Amino acid sequence: MTTAVKAQLGIAALMFAASPWVINAAPHEATMGLVYKIYFYHMPSAWMFMLAAIVAGVASARFLFTKRQASDATAVAAAELAVVFGLLALVTGPLWARKAWGVWWVWDARLTSSLMLFLIFVAYLLLRQFGGPGSEKLSAGLALFGMANVPFIYVSVNYWRTLHPKTSVVPTLPVEMGRPLWFCVTAFLLLFLALLSLRATLERHRTRIDALYLSHDEA
Amino acid sequence: MKAFLRVAALVVRKDLTVEVRSLEVVSTTLFFAVTVVLIFAFGFVREGVPTDGVAAAILWITVAFSGTLALGRTFERERQADTLRALMLAPADRPALYAGKLVGMLLLMALVELILVPLVGLLFQAPIFRAPLRLAGLLAAGTLGFAAIGTLFAAMLVRARSRDVLLPVLLYPMTVPVMIAGVRGTAALFQPQPDAGMAQFWFALLVFFDVVFVTLALWTFEPLMTD
Amino acid sequence: MRYLRLLFIVTLLAVPVVGAAQQTPSPDEFVPISEIPAEEQIPAINLVAAAYAFVWVALFGYVWSLGSRLGKAEADLTRLERKDS
Repeated sequence: MTTAVKAQLGIAALMFAASPWVINAAPHEATMGLVYKIYFYHMPSAWMFMLAAIVAGVASARFLFTKRQASDATAVAAAELAVVFGLLALVTGPLWARKAWGVWWVWDARLTSSLMLFLIFVAYLLLRQFGGPGSEKLSAGLALFGMANVPFIYVSVNYWRTLHPKTSVVPTLPVEMGRPLWFCVTAFLLLFLALLSLRATLERHRTRIDALYLSHDEA
Repeated sequence: MKAFLRVAALVVRKDLTVEVRSLEVVSTTLFFAVTVVLIFAFGFVREGVPTDGVAAAILWITVAFSGTLALGRTFERERQADTLRALMLAPADRPALYAGKLVGMLLLMALVELILVPLVGLLFQAPIFRAPLRLAGLLAAGTLGFAAIGTLFAAMLVRARSRDVLLPVLLYPMTVPVMIAGVRGTAALFQPQPDAGMAQFWFALLVFFDVVFVTLALWTFEPLMTD
Repeated sequence: MRYLRLLFIVTLLAVPVVGAAQQTPSPDEFVPISEIPAEEQIPAINLVAAAYAFVWVALFGYVWSLGSRLGKAEADLTRLERKDS
C-alpha cells in the first residue's frame, strides 16, 4: 500500500466520520423535512457508480485493443466498485423515495437504467468468478457492450414508461445545501480512488501468483 | 468485400448442411418454443379468455428463451468437435466468420418465429394479420439485435467454464432494449386501436440498435476471439 | 468467492425492503406525501437511519473484505517468491 493510498483512505475515513455532523448542520428542507438528508449519501454513491462504470468501460476497451494487463486490472477493480456503489445508490434511493414519493420504487428512466447497468456489472463479476481461464477477454467485451447499451436502455425505458401516467419530479435542492453535498462527494471520491488502486493491486498480485504457480509446475 | 461475402456464405452453407442432416437444433428449439407458449397459456388464460395485452410479451419472451437455447446448442456442437477453433485457424476474415454464424442463427430463429407467431395468435387471440408487414419488420429487427449480441457472446463463451448458465446471465441484461422495444412495438399493433406511430418509433429504435451492435460486434470479434 | 458470498447476503437482505413495495399503491398513481394513510407513514428518521447504516455497514464490509483478500494475496506472493529464489 503506497503512502498516497494510505493518505486517501485516512482522509476519507475522517471525512466519513465527520459527515453526520456536517450533514446535520445543513439547513432543513421545507417540503420534505428530514428525509432529504439521505440525498447526501445517495447522490455521491450514484455518481461514484457512474464513474466506476465509465472507468470500467474505458479500461476494458483499452485492454481489448492493447492487451495491457494493467488495464484489465483497472477494469476488474472498477467493475467491482460499480457493483458496490451501485448497491449503495439502489438501496438508499428507495428509502428516500418511500417518504418523498410514497412508493419504494418508481419505473423512472434513470432508476431503471441504473438497475440495468448494475445488473450488467453483476453479470461481469459472475463471469470473472465462474468463467474460468480466458474470461478476461469476454468480460472486457461485456463491459464495452454494456457501455454502448446505456443510451438504448435509457431511451427505451423512458418511452416504455411514459405510456403510463407521469410521476412526480424530483424537487430541486436549494443552493445552501451545496456545501455538505460537496463534502460528501469528496469523501466518496477519495474512498473510491483508494479502493480502485487497492483492488487493482490485488488483481495484479493474483496474476503474478498464477504466473508463479505456473512456473513452479513447469520446474 | 467479395471475399467477405463468399466466406460468410460458406459458413452459412456449412451450418445449414450440418443442421439439415440432423435437424437437432431446429427440432428441439421448435418444440421448446411451443412448450413455453403452452406454459404461458396455462398461466395467462383464465376460463378460456386470455389476459388483456399479454400476447406481445409472450411472443418476445418465447423468442428470447428459444433463441438462447438455439445459441447454446449451436455453439456446443462447435465446441464438442472443436470446429470453432478450426474455423478460427482458417485464413479467412474473422468478421466474415461472425457474419456467417449470425446469418445462420437468423435463419434458424426466423423458422422458429414462423411457427411461433401463428401459435401465439391462435392461443391468445392476437390480431397477427392486422399489420403483417409491420409485425414482420419488428420481429426481423428485434431478432437481428438479439442474435447479433447472442452470437458474439455465445462464440466467446465456447472457451469459458459454466457457459450454459452464463449465456443467459450475460445476454438478458444486454438485450433489455430489444425486449422493451419489441414488446411495446408489437403491443401497439395488437391493441384494440392499433397505434402505427408508436410501432414505427419502436421499429426505428430497433434498427438503430441493430446498426450499433452489429458494427460493434464485427469490430470487436477479431480482438475478442484471438488468444 | 468470499466477496460474492457477502454480496449475495447483502442483496438478500435488501430483498425484503424492496418486497415491501408490493403493499404500497402502484407506481402509476402518484400519491403525494400527505395522502398516504397514517398507518403507512414511516417516520423519516427511521428511513434516514436505515440509509446511513446501510452505507456505513456496506462500505466497511467491503473495505474489510478487500483488506483481507489483499493481505492473503501478499502473503502468498512473498511465500512463492521466497520459494523461487
